Amino acid sequence: MAELDSGGGGNHKGGKVRSKKQSTRVDMTPMVDLMFLLITFFMLTTTLAKPQAMDLAMPDKDDLNKEEQLDVADTRTMTVLLGSANRIEWFIGIAGNSLTPPTVENFGKNGIRKTIIDKAKDIKAATGKDMIIIIKPSDKSNYKNLVDILDEMKITNTKQYAIVDISNPEIDLLKRDSIY
Amino acid sequence: MPRVKVPRKSTAIDMTAMCDMASLLLTFFILTATARQPEALIVDTPSSTVKIKVPEVDIATITIGDGKVFFGVKGTMIRERVLQKMSERYKVPFTPAQIKRFSLMEGFGVPISQLAQVIDLKSEERNKPGLQSGIPIDSVNGAASQLHEWIYQSRVATKELNDKQMRVSLKGDSKEAYPTIKKVINILQKQKVNKFSLITSMEAQD
Repeated sequence: MAELDSGGGGNHKGGKVRSKKQSTRVDMTPMVDLMFLLITFFMLTTTLAKPQAMDLAMPDKDDLNKEEQLDVADTRTMTVLLGSANRIEWFIGIAGNSLTPPTVENFGKNGIRKTIIDKAKDIKAATGKDMIIIIKPSDKSNYKNLVDILDEMKITNTKQYAIVDISNPEIDLLKRDSIY
Repeated sequence: MPRVKVPRKSTAIDMTAMCDMASLLLTFFILTATARQPEALIVDTPSSTVKIKVPEVDIATITIGDGKVFFGVKGTMIRERVLQKMSERYKVPFTPAQIKRFSLMEGFGVPISQLAQVIDLKSEERNKPGLQSGIPIDSVNGAASQLHEWIYQSRVATKELNDKQMRVSLKGDSKEAYPTIKKVINILQKQKVNKFSLITSMEAQD
């Protein structure tokens, strides 16, 4: 309660007014409460994990300089077809006349990644050049498959790869293996 | 026998240290915070092992999900300029107030004929799922699609205002079928944008 000291009267013996010594401690509980509330608010409203950007360069679609396109040996070209249900089919060479039988495989460490690393080694030993990978997503594949296979390119350090439209013989291959 | 007296201790603790730590954390979060923008179309991006961050300026984001395509570009000045250009191109008038409101929108997904209505909505109504139907990505009667024009005009506006090449990023939903993605990529390639980024979330390398 507020008190008022009227002062007068002269009741004090010495006549000296001594102020009461107050503690300098402040109760910090409400302050800490507020701090934590604000921390919680800022933590929840910030985007901590910023999204990543995967750079992708597509081949130039210019129709004018078609003759500048180079032919590459089919012995060092691996075609990867993206089918439905997160499955992949791959072969080396050209569709219908491939050098290895088309094989259906899964994504992941023991699936396509192992194959790419093995084949890249074989081709490097046989021809002395790096392997080229042609990615052909079918209409039944989804966006995640595309990102996954591009990610594999990065993990396996494949420098030469391209995304190309799928052709009919390749769709037939996918149909034969019932992943289309 | 005399009893052992346990001295009574006060339950009040010294909170100075706790308060110090709390304010330190608070300062950190305030300084690093960028408030999360409400998204018009929420997509679940696939994960990848790349570790390059998305740049903050001079970038347009094309969000693809659920068969719909949304478009957004960073920078309020650029947005104003783009809308003015699109308004001239399609002969759809916008009031200065609408242009101002549009410059604060993070992204949108309607044909330009319906854009004025969406701008006039409140932001919480605007971002209701299913309200916006997506930007048309098919060309009509030989004319370029609306998405094509949006991207093109944004690139022009970025070049005019900031003298920089605009970057294009694709933010697709994991489950999105490839044909939609292919259509958008074809639109980009038609205007010779052969290099763009795919937005992904982080993944631990196995």
